[in-house]
Amino acid sequence: MNQAEVYQQLNEIFKENLDLDEVNLTASTTADDIEGWDSLAHIGLIAAIEQQFGIRFVMKEIVGLHNVGEMVELILSKLNA
Amino acid sequence: MTEPLLEQLNYPTDAALLMRKKNTVRKMLLASQEKRIKKKIAVLGGSTTHDICVMLDLFLLYHGIEVDFYECEYNQYYEEIMFNNEALKAFKPDIVWFHTSFRNIKNVPDIHDTPEEVAKKLSGECYRFSQMWEKCFQELECTVIQNNFEYPFYRLLGNKDASDYRGLTNFITRLNTAFADFAAQHNNFYLNDLNYIAADYGLSAWHDLSAWYLYKYCCKIEAIPYLAQSVARIVKSLYGKNKKGFVLDLDNTLWGGVVGDDGVQNLEIGSETATAQAFQEFQTYLKAHLGLGILLNVNSKNEEVNALAGLNHPEGVLKPEDMIVIKANWNPKSQNMSEIAHELNLLPESLVFVDDNPAEREIVKTQIPNACVAAVSQPENYIREIDRAGYFEVTAFSKDDLARTEMYKANAQRVKAEQSFGNYDDYLRSLEMKAEIKPFSAVYMQRIAQLTNKSNQFNLTTKRYAQSEIEAVAENSEYICLYGKLIDKFGDNGVVSVLIGHQQEKNIHIDLFLMSCRVLKRGMEQAMMDELVKKAKERGIRSIYGYYYQTAKNAMVAHLYQDFGFELVKTENADTIWCLNIEKYQNLQSIIKVED
Repeated sequence: MNQAEVYQQLNEIFKENLDLDEVNLTASTTADDIEGWDSLAHIGLIAAIEQQFGIRFVMKEIVGLHNVGEMVELILSKLNA
Repeated sequence: MTEPLLEQLNYPTDAALLMRKKNTVRKMLLASQEKRIKKKIAVLGGSTTHDICVMLDLFLLYHGIEVDFYECEYNQYYEEIMFNNEALKAFKPDIVWFHTSFRNIKNVPDIHDTPEEVAKKLSGECYRFSQMWEKCFQELECTVIQNNFEYPFYRLLGNKDASDYRGLTNFITRLNTAFADFAAQHNNFYLNDLNYIAADYGLSAWHDLSAWYLYKYCCKIEAIPYLAQSVARIVKSLYGKNKKGFVLDLDNTLWGGVVGDDGVQNLEIGSETATAQAFQEFQTYLKAHLGLGILLNVNSKNEEVNALAGLNHPEGVLKPEDMIVIKANWNPKSQNMSEIAHELNLLPESLVFVDDNPAEREIVKTQIPNACVAAVSQPENYIREIDRAGYFEVTAFSKDDLARTEMYKANAQRVKAEQSFGNYDDYLRSLEMKAEIKPFSAVYMQRIAQLTNKSNQFNLTTKRYAQSEIEAVAENSEYICLYGKLIDKFGDNGVVSVLIGHQQEKNIHIDLFLMSCRVLKRGMEQAMMDELVKKAKERGIRSIYGYYYQTAKNAMVAHLYQDFGFELVKTENADTIWCLNIEKYQNLQSIIKVED
């Protein structure tokens, strides 16, 4: 899977979980930029991402994320591991 | 429900899918035109509750219950109810659910403790919790649901943790026993068996510690739907949404093989083979439901003589006399299902259809709106698949539950007797009916509350009452509260009718009037009205107002007040208000002897 495909699937997950019509994630997107992406919604997003890509994050990885770009890199590193 | 996504709310549940699709699922549920009952639930948590409420909401909507939620601040379950409960009081919850876990045990045993010190810690915990529950009963007059405690993810003493008084596992077992004792002694208190849910999920998987450290959830995120489903089952049971019976296929459902082809002697049932044992245990499981008042019926493509021969198999556990209705013929199973429901005076969706054949399940699903079809796979899984679906979640036992099969059988005898009389009144007289129609008394409160929550057809206002509310109106002198019990020569039907009216000046307004359909057309509804009028006259009442609120299920009583001589006062959509001038009233029935 390449980076663009990861972004595309993430957009779908965010739309579904946050009940939004349109989401366009970029590397610099953070929770402040997306309506409804609060700490509670974040939990559901992480669970959905794990399920969608068939991966598990460890706690250290989750707390270390600062923006969507870092999340995409993390997903890709796990998929290619 | 035929929509695959909504079936996730039944069993089996794909928890991760449900969590992801929560918004879609909620919209689908809200789009249903089915009339929903509205309730308020306060969730007071010792850990994060957000997604738990989101899931609970979905499961309850699925059962036709629309809930307004109140959540306390994180881990403020104790403070909120004990000290700072103005907002909670204003919310007026019907139910308070204390969502606590082993993380919320404050006084855990220490390895240096003496047995006395641990006993003190135990009673301290019990006292802390029971104070909260009592506060709910006294100040909120609500029902309480309390989690018991799940076992921890580590055992300091290893296996000895279970047996030594200083072990946390041992302490939790004792606490859970104390909570269960409280539940056994209180009617408006129900335990949510978190300990079982966690064990069933798998304790190691349940305790996802990153979910605790990161988000303060007491369980793995993907386990949340199972937790919510468990609570939803208690709630739906309390509000009369349990199923009432089974409709069972025979060949390869109750025994291995096809009786018509293989012959009775070749059926697999008993203790000889693995398959035979699976079917025997399944039959034993089904038979145990008789004690809960769950009705068993047969819907099989068979010649009747073969069906009965199969049920009379010497190794079989279920016998023909355990069944209320046996339909063994070549009609479509959906048609048999409707006929069985009709003969039992129940709605088809209140019966659980069990059939090993997916094609038969499909026809019942597609032909009967909202049909409840068990998703069974292989005989070794039948019990678990039916058990985990929680169709018959028990919240209250009444004596009537234990005797229900007998009552329905007596009913079948009455139907036979009816056919041998030319004149219906002669038939009614032959039943030698006696009724007890009296103000609510303590022994019947549970049954009365149960009836208000599960009667749908003969129910004029479909107002639901918790037992605490029933007890409150019974004590209030502004209310006339009557229960009706009917006995005839075939047996005691138990409490079958309930009427609640409140007095305003010289008028009585009927808030609730319901009757169990199994005594329809016996004169009982007329006897209830006669008694109400008698009681009203004693109070010097002039008029009685009756209200009919239409639902999808109560069309049979749309004209009841008209038939009783009331005059129409007001029509609003399909709802009607009726008035009776009691001076003109003449008693409606004389066949049932009403005890003074």
